[in-house]
Parts: sequence; C-alpha cells; structure tokens
Amino acid sequence: MSHSSADEAAKGAPQQEVVLMKGNEAIAHAAIRYGADGYFGYPITPQSEVLETLEALHPWDTTGMVVLQAESELASINMVYGGAATGKTVMTSSSSPGISLMCEGLSYIAACELPCLVVNVMRGGPGLGTIHPSQADYFQATKGGGHGDYHFIVLAPSTVQEMADFVGLSFDLAFKYRTPAMILADGIVGQMMEKVVLPPFRPRRTPEQIAELCPWAATGNPSRRKPNTITSLELDSAEMEKNNNRFQATYRRIEEAEQRSVSYLTDDAEYLIVAFGSVARICQKAIDDARGRGAKIGLLRPVTLWPFPEKAVAEVASRVKGILVVELNAGQMIEDVKLASRCTVPVHHFGRLGGIIPNPGEIDNELERLFPEAFPSKS
Amino acid sequence: MDIKTIKTPENLVYQRPRLLNDCTMHYCPGCSHGVAHRIIAEIIDEMGQADNTIAIAPVGCAVFAYKYIDVDWIEAAHGRAPAVATAAKRLNPERLVFTYQGDGDLAAIGTAETIHAANRGENIAIIFINNGIYGMTGGQMAPTTLEGMKTSTTPYGRRVDLNGYPLNITPLLAQLPGTCYVTRQSVETPAAVAKAKRAIRRAFDNSINHRGCSVVEIVSTCSSGWKMSPDKANKWMEQNMFEAYRPGDLKIADGDK
Amino acid sequence: MKTEIIIAGFGGQGVLSMGKILAYAGLMHGLDVTWMPSYGPEQRGGTANVTVILSDEGPISSPVLDTFDIAVLLNQQSLDKFESRVKPGGILIYDSYGVHTPPQRTDITVYRIEAMEATFDMPSSKTYNMIVLGALLGIEHIVPSESVDLALEKVIPSRHHDLLEVNRTAFRRGMELVG
Repeated sequence: MSHSSADEAAKGAPQQEVVLMKGNEAIAHAAIRYGADGYFGYPITPQSEVLETLEALHPWDTTGMVVLQAESELASINMVYGGAATGKTVMTSSSSPGISLMCEGLSYIAACELPCLVVNVMRGGPGLGTIHPSQADYFQATKGGGHGDYHFIVLAPSTVQEMADFVGLSFDLAFKYRTPAMILADGIVGQMMEKVVLPPFRPRRTPEQIAELCPWAATGNPSRRKPNTITSLELDSAEMEKNNNRFQATYRRIEEAEQRSVSYLTDDAEYLIVAFGSVARICQKAIDDARGRGAKIGLLRPVTLWPFPEKAVAEVASRVKGILVVELNAGQMIEDVKLASRCTVPVHHFGRLGGIIPNPGEIDNELERLFPEAFPSKS
Repeated sequence: MDIKTIKTPENLVYQRPRLLNDCTMHYCPGCSHGVAHRIIAEIIDEMGQADNTIAIAPVGCAVFAYKYIDVDWIEAAHGRAPAVATAAKRLNPERLVFTYQGDGDLAAIGTAETIHAANRGENIAIIFINNGIYGMTGGQMAPTTLEGMKTSTTPYGRRVDLNGYPLNITPLLAQLPGTCYVTRQSVETPAAVAKAKRAIRRAFDNSINHRGCSVVEIVSTCSSGWKMSPDKANKWMEQNMFEAYRPGDLKIADGDK
Repeated sequence: MKTEIIIAGFGGQGVLSMGKILAYAGLMHGLDVTWMPSYGPEQRGGTANVTVILSDEGPISSPVLDTFDIAVLLNQQSLDKFESRVKPGGILIYDSYGVHTPPQRTDITVYRIEAMEATFDMPSSKTYNMIVLGALLGIEHIVPSESVDLALEKVIPSRHHDLLEVNRTAFRRGMELVG
C-alpha cells in the first residue's frame, strides 16, 4: 500500500506535515527534504523500503536527487565514495550482511576524510542469519568494521521521528567533521510505523556552495584552484602516520563535542538500565512497570554510540548501585559501559539473540533477579 | 651549430603536454602506461576539458596516475573504479569522467562493477590497459595472461586445466547494449599511438555528450613483468598478445561521427 | 488514555492494513500511535500480526508488549497464541469462521463476530478487514468513525479513491454486526 503523503512530498507541497510511516520510509523522505544529491543502494530485508520509497518518490524529477539501484553493496558504497569525493551529499542504506560488504569502502571513505551517510537497519547474524531485528553490529559500527584505525559517527534512533531527524543531523555532522556518519537502526524502528513530522524541504547545494564548503573536493572544475586528488594511498610511512594523527585529532574533537544521550528517571535512580535504539523503549516500559512496584530504576539511552556518551554514563554510574545493559546481542555495548563506569558498580547484561525481541516483562524479570533489593514490595 | 640556436620555439616539434606534471614517473622503462598517460593529457588539453574532468585511478601499476595528469582525480579501491565513476558522472553530468584501469582491476576483482557500469550505459570512458600480467605486485598471473605464459604464479606457464582460460573481456563488453564504442588499440608505434589517441578522444567525446559507455582497451607491454627489453616486449606483444587480443574496433554505436 | 491492541490472523486477511487504518485514524484524531508488524515470510500466507498502540498520554514507549487491552484474533492459531495475553478486564474479539476451540477465559469480555460470513454478501472479499475494523470500533469507541474516513483517504492512494465507498460500506456493516 503506498502513501498519498509520498505523492505530496514529490510535489513538494506542504513544508511540514504530520504523517504515519515506517522508519525506513521516513529515511527516504528526510533524505530528499534535506537536499541530498544521491542515494546508491542494493535491496536487503528489512530496509528495502528506503530504496523503494525513493524510487516511488522519483526525486530526480523534483529536487534533482540521483537514486540508483546498484549491482551490489560493494558497488553501492563505492558509488557513495565517488559522489562524496566530488563534494556531493550522498548516502546508502543496507542491513547487516550488506554492511559487512561495505566495510572496505567505509575504510577508504574514512581514510579520505569524506562526508557521507550510511544507514544500517540491523538484522540478526552472523552470516545470512535472520531478517528479524538485532543490535549485533554494535562492534562493527563503533569500533571500525573495515581495516585500519578509524571511526565514524554512529547515531542510534529509537523512534520513526528520530529516523527522519537523524538524516539531517548525520549529514550536518559528517560535513562538519569530514567523516562518514552512520544511522544504526534495527528492524523494529525500520519496520514500525509512527507519527512523524517531516522536516521542511531544503534546496540542494549549488556548485558554488560545494566549492566553498568543500575546497578539497574533486569537483572536476579546478579553474580557481589546483587540481584535487582524493586518495587514501600514502606509501611514505612518516606521512601516513601524520595522516593517522590528523584522523585521531578529529576523533578526539568529535568525542569532546558530540556525545549525545537521553536520560529517563535517572535523578532519583538507584539502579540504571543502559540501552540504545528501540530496545531502550522496551526498557522504558519495563522501568514504568518496575517503578509501579517501588523500584527506583532509571534509563540512560546513548544516542551517539560513537562517540559513546561516556561522560553521561560515568555521571549516573557514580550514584547508582548497579547497571543492567540490555541489547539485542550477546554483550557489545556493555564493554563501553564498563569502561565509562570504570567498573565502580556491577554491570550486568541481558540480551536476546538472532532476531528475538524481548518483551518488557522479560526485562522486569531480569531486574528483579539481579536487583531484588530494589523491589521493596517483594522483600 | 650551438644548442641554443636549435632550442628555439619555432624549432619545437615535441614537448611535455601542459597537463602532464613535471615529475619523475614510477613506471619502468618501456612501459606502455607512460605513452597512454601522455596522450590522455594531450587529449584533455586539446578538448579544452582541463577544468571539466574527473578521472578515476585504479589499484595496480597506474595507482599513481593522479600524480601525473593535472586534473581532479579520485583514487578508487581495487576494481571499484566504474562504480566510483558512475556516481561521479551521474552527480556531475556535465563532466568528462573516465576510469583508467589495468587487467586485474577491470577484469578480475572489478568484473562486476565493469560489466554493470557498461550495461547501465553509464556515460563514462573506460581506458583499459591490458598487459597480461600483474605488474605492481611483481608479475603474477592476470585474468588476461596468455596460455603458456610464465608469471610468478604460473612459473611453468599458464595451464587452462589449472588456471582457466585467458579472459577476453572487451568483446564481452561490446555485446552489452549500454556500450556505445568499444575498441582495442596499442601504443607500440607512432602510427598506433596516433590511432589510440583518436580512439580515446572519441571515448571522451562520448562521455561529455552522454552517448553511453565507451571502452578503449590498450594492449600493452610489461617489460619488467615479462622479463624482456622494451624492444623485445613490443615484438612479443605483436606476435603473441595481438593473436589473442586483436587490435581494431569491436563496436561503433556512438552515432554519426 | 492508552489503548494497546493486537490484531492477528492469516497473511492476506488484511491484518496489517487494518492496523494501519486504525493507526492513521488515531493520528487524525490527534493521538500518538505506533504500528509494529510481525514482518517477513509471515506476510506470504502464514500468520501475520500487528500491534497498534494509541495514546493521548504523550510519546509511546515500548512498541512490543506482553499484554493487550484488546485482541482481535481472526484464526485459531492467533487465538491459541494471544488469548492468554489479554489483560484481565480486557476485550477479545474473534471471528468464529474456522475456529473450532472458542476462547475459554472468563475474566475478559469476549465478542464473537461473524465478519467472514458478512464478507460473503459484500461485493469484494478484500473488504473483510474493514468489516472487522467496524466491529472493533463498534465495540470499543477508540477513535471516531470520522477519523476512519479521513484515514481511508490517506491510506488508499488517490488513484484508487473509487474504492473509498466500498470500504466505508464494509466498515458500517462491521459496526452493524455488533450494533
């Protein structure tokens, strides 16, 4: 079933509208509205609606945005590389197995200090795995994925609204720091429909604006500058170390300025859940239920997974008695929580694997099992 | 006669092309890459495209092509140049966009990207240097290595029962409806250089004018990899490579020209 | 007020679309909504279910639930799976067509509807889900009928707006079933 809102968006009629749509569809609408120049992708469940929605909206007839179904994820990410190298605002999306294929290209893009957006709507792995929701690519996203010492900005949306909002935020941060940015979503937030306020339309950047914003870009028109080369190759190790030091300096600036998280009922919390993405919402309901039984539990939801919000975690960790990290994986973000909390309090993990989503009740049971003293009515 | 009276502008018959940078190339003596670079630099200048070109460099011997020709370059990952060029051209449709790739880049690791970019009819030019060997990594077998040809990974000669057949990819690309001009050239004689130059110019013209994908294969020598003098390598190429990869036009479908 | 609903049945019964129209109606009524499907191969003829949450209490937390205020269960498998997950005092609506073991619980209100039977008299069997939606909203006034009208206009693409009337008719028929 298609959306009448899709037709309206293509016509560019209302600047701000409230619609009901899937997270994947919101990504597509937000990209067009942000003024993205190009999307290159390959279908894979559970995120194919991104490409499908873009094709249905045919933005090449309105904003001039290029949309192309590539022959593979390898080609997709290298198209993104090619587009970003010319200073354009470009993106791709995929799901876990496809992102693995893209890691080569991501390493090159990071090494060339190019801005771009990659969306990963995670599914359960490893291997071909399942098509159901997962958060098992946390390590891959936050620790690099491809070869070499690099990072990129990773944002974890928990609502369809954030799927839409993080497109613009990702592009803004990517261009600000000349780094790739990733929206690390999961099948839940990709497939669920919610109320979303779409951002207003912005014009795509003009060649003049690109020349000014991206003096490094290989735009093909060096008339007022020396020709630019986009390359990650530097055979002189001393020079390559300098390049690496420059990357690391950028990462330190990002870590300092861009940590983001959302707190829920942490002010009086005696125990803390740390969870990201849609899982944080399941935990929020579990916390509401637990609070109904007198347990003072709070939630800290990292919004940036890299940079990890270590300041916020450290602050709350310093005044609680225990932490539970809930993830759709076997224990990945917990490592960053332990590092941030400096292991001053016990940090436990609860995870479901392979595409299984825990219900709020399962998390409540785990809270009671781990922190029985938190539940006064029980004891 | 004094050298100064000979070196006057009116006596000048040959010079470094304006867009060929004044630096030492890393190519071996006798290598075909140097000639190919030179004619590309000449053509871009002659076409007035120095401020309208995005070039895509490969991985392989030509990985440093961006150091030698003075235009905007993007250095692609191994085999991915046609994908990079696809986006560069689609997002900058007025530009001349070309890739410069060797046989490993184009016909082994990047076969999928090559075939699909060609089949989509991307308005790019692909310059394909085929010397039947991996020069950069020290002379290993390429997909285009001839049967019986010795390389460091086929030390007793390529055997089809072990290594498969030489991949004649250019005729394959000529079959695709997305290609408008597919030709095979060489650069071992002045006449061949002149012909190759016309072919590349035509391919570049096709990119600018959105006529589809052009492929210019240049059958080349690798005197280091083949372990021959440059002169002997040229003769060996004519006697052996040309038999498998016969020079000439394979497809002309780029309109009235 | 927050209403947590599960709709479950065979793939092809229009379960996901019904949930979408309900969610869109909630949106038109000014509510916060979430629509969370079971997705994947289930859509190709197996069982399908969708959780719809409508709330006027601000942002909705978990789209995934243990228990439901209302369960709309359209085949035996769905009854078997979700009967136990209706909150005490909640509502279970089921279509008796093809159901051999009716619900047993006594701490909830059970409504049996003959929506499939009613579909046989309709011009299109594809309006089954609108009959069920009409019955659901006839039983529990979660959103006004006018919002469903507006939702239909949003959900059905404008090029298919000739189908609006048949859907509205089916919706009214569903309300009559329980009226």
